[in-house]
Amino acid sequence: MDEPRIHPSFEQKMAAPLKAEGIDTFQINLGYRCNLECRHCHVEAGPNRRELLSRAVMEMCLQVLQCHPIPTIDITGGTPEMHPDFPWFLEECAALDRRILVRTNGVILLEGPYTPFLNLYAKHRVEVVVSFPHVDMKMTNRQRGEGVYSRLIEAVRMLNARGYGQPGSGLILNLVHNPSGAYLPGLQNSLENHYRQALKEKHGIVFNQLFCITNMPIGRYLTFLKKTENYEEYMTALVNAFNPATLESVMCKYSLSVGWDGKLYDCDFNQMLGMTVNHGAPEHIEMFDLNSLANRRIVTGNHCYGCTAGAGSSCRGEIA
Amino acid sequence: MADYYEQKDLADFAHIGEYAPELGKKYFDYYGEALKDGALSAREKALIALAVATTQHCPYCIDAYTNQCLSLGVSQEEMMEAVHVGSAMVAGIVLAHSTQMRKIIKKKEM
Repeated sequence: MDEPRIHPSFEQKMAAPLKAEGIDTFQINLGYRCNLECRHCHVEAGPNRRELLSRAVMEMCLQVLQCHPIPTIDITGGTPEMHPDFPWFLEECAALDRRILVRTNGVILLEGPYTPFLNLYAKHRVEVVVSFPHVDMKMTNRQRGEGVYSRLIEAVRMLNARGYGQPGSGLILNLVHNPSGAYLPGLQNSLENHYRQALKEKHGIVFNQLFCITNMPIGRYLTFLKKTENYEEYMTALVNAFNPATLESVMCKYSLSVGWDGKLYDCDFNQMLGMTVNHGAPEHIEMFDLNSLANRRIVTGNHCYGCTAGAGSSCRGEIA
Repeated sequence: MADYYEQKDLADFAHIGEYAPELGKKYFDYYGEALKDGALSAREKALIALAVATTQHCPYCIDAYTNQCLSLGVSQEEMMEAVHVGSAMVAGIVLAHSTQMRKIIKKKEM
């Protein structure tokens, strides 16, 4: 099928090229292995994926972090727990005394060999970010697999029992909402209120913040859009919702993404598209150079409409 | 009907202020205020708007508010219940008008 043309292209829409303004967040993708195969996953993660960050690249990441006071370490995947060296890597990151975020699918924390992460996260005061697309069981299960909703509730209960999401504990539990179909997320504040009330009333569970993340037209979600003939309408909705105010705070301006093979990207989405940093900035962790990376020109494409639509979208939800 | 109602025309709603920009602006300000979070949540308002859209047979509004409800995490069951509220209201309005008919019958019959 021919790719429908996106008009105007993201580059045409921009008044000037997007440039980074420092690196506050060092995001590391430990690999594409996951025990789920969610239908919206831009990574196309799953149990059969073999891509995993090598120990050597992990050591290079730690060295970069030791040399540069980047305040936030953001660990993602796949689900990071399935990387065999993750416990070691987490301990090493914790020793650096930075803010650490782990993006988990949540349900992995109930699986036998991975249950120790519940205590490990609490011990190192890791901020846990759990994918939780909908408060409706049927919608979540359709998106993430049969039985996932009830396991998620159980996982959040176990995190709550350790203090996560509880007022005053300082243990942060944030949830991520992704639309369960070919539409954009609603306002974060409205959805957060709805989640808070529904999860408390139905299950007695609590959390800190809800991040609303727009599904990117990449990976499995792109396949879904095309298969259901929603691609054109979805892209039109993204283009029509373009909000220049989001350009101030798009995550690529303040973060750097490290791929499983050590390559550097402006974001996790560019990573999935194989678009490494460019315009003179080094494209591999081996050649890390803070000065050139902190001021690099961002590599953009039409998928960037996903982060700039409406109230915007980032790994921490809305941005405008 | 296809010539009158085209999905792409929904995007033209933003331009209804053409030829009367001041009135258009007043309308959009009012529309924005009426639909935002207030004593009723934006979610509840989206459901009301969906019910109105279906009773008024407006394909643009049905498209816009089905999407809005989905975006705000409204379930399919909640949306269908809202449509039934609209449907029951319309049926009730039709039946309530039978009062006139019944009054006339009673006046005229021997």
